[in-house]
Amino acid sequence: MASSGKFGRIRPLTVMAQGDKKEGLDGKTGGQDIYFPLNGGDFSDAGAGSKSLRSELAALGVPAQVIRRAAICAFEAEINVIIHAVAGSLHYLIEGETLTITVTDMGPGIADIGLAMKEGYTTAPDWAREFGWGSGMGLPNIKKNADALVIDSVPGEGTTLEITINLASPSNARQE
Amino acid sequence: MTVQELIGRLGLELKNNGCVEAAINGCYASDMLSDVLANGKEGNIWITRQTHPNVVAVAAIKGLSGIIVTGGRQIEAETLEKAASECIPVMSTPLQTYDMVGMVYNLLLKNEER
Repeated sequence: MASSGKFGRIRPLTVMAQGDKKEGLDGKTGGQDIYFPLNGGDFSDAGAGSKSLRSELAALGVPAQVIRRAAICAFEAEINVIIHAVAGSLHYLIEGETLTITVTDMGPGIADIGLAMKEGYTTAPDWAREFGWGSGMGLPNIKKNADALVIDSVPGEGTTLEITINLASPSNARQE
Repeated sequence: MTVQELIGRLGLELKNNGCVEAAINGCYASDMLSDVLANGKEGNIWITRQTHPNVVAVAAIKGLSGIIVTGGRQIEAETLEKAASECIPVMSTPLQTYDMVGMVYNLLLKNEER
């Protein structure tokens, strides 16, 4: 249930331990529903979700190119939360041949999504650039590697990315 | 050319227990991690000055053959451990990026011509 107030539009953050698995949403397809919490400013959390995703997909026999695209989307999204938000979480769900990665944060929101999608545009602070991030390529990388990307952002409240990947197709239309 | 051969030819210092038998098919040089995620290719050796653990995730996701850290920079222990667990060799050189890139370029070019 969503709470009211400053973060009213954001779903409550999970308090589950890192990497905990929840019962699949759809028992018939054996869906796996996995959460990873993320803390703003803490790069040590980065990559836990994408690493778990890589091994889950490899265990399912998903083609290497598809695993790579999924991992790039997950990792870039994790990094975005760490750079821009107070906190957030990465959640992924594998149902049949469809992977859905949902990344929700309590961050500043994206004022102009069109601008944020432009390669090279960034609002990342200098400390992130010292770590090699903040080149303005994160969201474009996600868009390029996803089969579908939905961004729901409210300035002052937060951002939710929903990334969909078809696990059965090795490449997508955006790949050269 | 394998990572092991590259280490020998360029006098690199291997810093961890990575998989040095991996084949190198090219090189990518960048300090921006999203740039490597976008443009690095599987099997590439990566030349960078970044040393924190995020480089391991980038190299693992892209299937890079190894990481060469330039300028003799101190590499974080966590980076070396994580890289070893992903079988990614991390090497160090006192040379700066420009010089290292030039040497790797020439070596891979000669290797192709053979």
